[in-house]
Amino acid sequence: MKSALKNLKSFAGGLHPPDGKHFSAGKAIEICPLPEELVIPLAQHIGAPAEACVEVGALVKKGSPIAKAKGFVSVPIHASTSGEVIAVEPRLHPMGKHLPAVVIKPDGKDLWDDSLTGADPQDLNAAELKNRLQAAGIVGLGGATFPTHVKLSPPADKPIDTLILNGVECEPFLTADHRLMLEETERIFDGIDILRKILGITRAVIGIEANKPDAIELLTARGAARQIEVQALEVKYPQGAEKQLIDAITGRQVPSGTLPMEVGVVVQNVGTCAAISDAIRRGHPLVERVVSITGPALVEPKNLLVRIGTSLQFLVDQCGGLNGTAAKIIMGGPMMGQTQLSLDVPAIRGTSGVLIFRQQDLPRYEAGPCIRCGRCISVCPIHLQPTSIAACARLDMIDQAAGYHALDCIECGCCTYICPATLPLVQSIRYAKAAIMAQKRTT
Amino acid sequence: MENQLYLSSSPHIHNGETTDQVMRKVIYALVPASLVSLYFFGLPALSVLLICTLGCMVFEALSCWLKKIPQTLADGSAALTGILLALNLPPSSPWWISLLGAAIAILIGKQVYGGLGHNPFNPALVARVVLLISFPVQMTNWTAPAPLTSGFDAVTTATPLGEMKTAVMLTGKLPALAQSGFSDYLLGNMGGCLGEVSALALLLGGVYLLYKKIISWHTPVAFIGTVLVLGGIFWAIAPEKYPSPLFHLVTGGLILGAFFMATDMVTSPVTTKGMLIFGCGCGLLTLLIRLFGGYPEGVSFAILLMNAATPLIDRFCRPKIYGQRPAKA
Repeated sequence: MKSALKNLKSFAGGLHPPDGKHFSAGKAIEICPLPEELVIPLAQHIGAPAEACVEVGALVKKGSPIAKAKGFVSVPIHASTSGEVIAVEPRLHPMGKHLPAVVIKPDGKDLWDDSLTGADPQDLNAAELKNRLQAAGIVGLGGATFPTHVKLSPPADKPIDTLILNGVECEPFLTADHRLMLEETERIFDGIDILRKILGITRAVIGIEANKPDAIELLTARGAARQIEVQALEVKYPQGAEKQLIDAITGRQVPSGTLPMEVGVVVQNVGTCAAISDAIRRGHPLVERVVSITGPALVEPKNLLVRIGTSLQFLVDQCGGLNGTAAKIIMGGPMMGQTQLSLDVPAIRGTSGVLIFRQQDLPRYEAGPCIRCGRCISVCPIHLQPTSIAACARLDMIDQAAGYHALDCIECGCCTYICPATLPLVQSIRYAKAAIMAQKRTT
Repeated sequence: MENQLYLSSSPHIHNGETTDQVMRKVIYALVPASLVSLYFFGLPALSVLLICTLGCMVFEALSCWLKKIPQTLADGSAALTGILLALNLPPSSPWWISLLGAAIAILIGKQVYGGLGHNPFNPALVARVVLLISFPVQMTNWTAPAPLTSGFDAVTTATPLGEMKTAVMLTGKLPALAQSGFSDYLLGNMGGCLGEVSALALLLGGVYLLYKKIISWHTPVAFIGTVLVLGGIFWAIAPEKYPSPLFHLVTGGLILGAFFMATDMVTSPVTTKGMLIFGCGCGLLTLLIRLFGGYPEGVSFAILLMNAATPLIDRFCRPKIYGQRPAKA
């Protein structure tokens, strides 16, 4: 193990916020009970939202499709338990809007759909495997929820030679992937084998931050026989960002405005690998995922295996409730997560964590003038000049912001985290990015 | 649950170090040097320190009031400017020099540009240079250090750099003092500005700032390194005419300038590469002024000139963004 923890690789820039992992890192994954109601949004992935294919009153089984994929860059949505469809209507979505959702009242039996059948991946070719992944609704579970079958379909002129598995989990507080690597190693490895078969390659490297030595030790020991490499990485945020991870492991940089396939790499989250194994071997679609419910406001932070559509309120109740009043509810981690309007929103496929802060956990700062300290520049993992882009954005100098490569920003939040003037740099850059894109569309 | 939820753009955490804390840490770092100056120069030094610091704070408050904007005293930058100004004045400065310096620093050096973060030149140095040019007599009236233990009789003296310049100009040769006696200089036992006297106390503060990551090593190392290397070359060529690099290091305002003035975030480059260029430029100009200029000391002028070059340096030192490195096989 000691040797695995030496030669840590990393990228230039970044920082290490207090990681808050202690709240839930030691908690084994528990299965979250069935709630009274499941609200399953139709928009849960990047790409076209799915189209509802059930009506109110329909009886569904666990895994039955309730919405169909709309096009190639889209996936179907499935019922996450057996029961009755009681509504198909807009409901509050984690994005902060009311968006179409299928509401299911569970019958309590939690029966799988009989028509779902698994297969031995050896008996299927790459195209069949990809079709099954799309049919099972598999999307990237790291948070971006990009449809996996699309990522696995590089054009012929972009040969892939390396599969990178993202087990970094660099967002503070989140521990879902960590627990999954410890508890579901075999399923993850099986998913890796399926991915390698689809891509027709042998090299697979799992990247894990050095703050998870138990996972590094376990996966190194068990991966050796299956030709799965493990690369320990420096504990530094955003080590798990796709471009930074590729740079750390392969020394290749994805050219601006392109995808990892440009440098011969496909990156998949370890949680996605486990879901891929289930989708192929058992035929089970993506209807549940591991979610860290954590933060100083939780009485008992936990890692729960959650059915898609379970309300955050129900998850919080499973963790003994809150000790205090919630002041900020974040879906995801503290660096890139989205604040929620209410606990009455469902956990969806991209929900890696639910983080709750109270008033006393949230110091509030008054933004001051930029003192040109240069910290935002030294921590930016893309090596941008965040303060310059933000200044352009504030003055609506959109062309100049584009000249500072605003579109390359990955919105990791390092600059805002470190800024002594507490300027909302990422927010300004987001504004600039949106304005640049709007300008591009009109011209 | 009552709906008292904060909605905001990510990230949702901050490292907690805000501008006022940065300023406070720089002030802490100046405490040892200030104490040494009090020890060697006594009450006159205390009065310079107090008038400059309080003066800067009063003028800051006054500008905010005149500009009808919220008070900015709490950010600590005015107090810091005051202390830096005091450390750049002779201990014998009359009260009105200190007060005028404070007014120039805050009003002309900083607030006319829009306050903290907007001034192109280091405010304390603007004040020092205006005073130096306008009141050369008062600004070069040096008292010999009289440690608190030895009474309070002020004796007029010259700074080592001043003595050197005079001797070199008159005789073409270095005076004896420039060839020995470095331990006194190191500890601060020589004539000079409040903040020029103790290299050790300043270094202590500089190391604290480096340790706390308030400043990075690039500027001071490039600045001092350039002076040492170039000074060393001149010394090697003609040791009877040019002082040793060590003499350059421990006399005058080099250490104060390199660690506390050239590292002023607002007026120096934002990238590490830019900081290196900035530091080298400061070092080069300092040495040229010291050896060949009309003034014995060139640190202030050097830093101000490089301040003027900062936007240009920043323009040419933009970091190379991710994705521009050629792909490796």
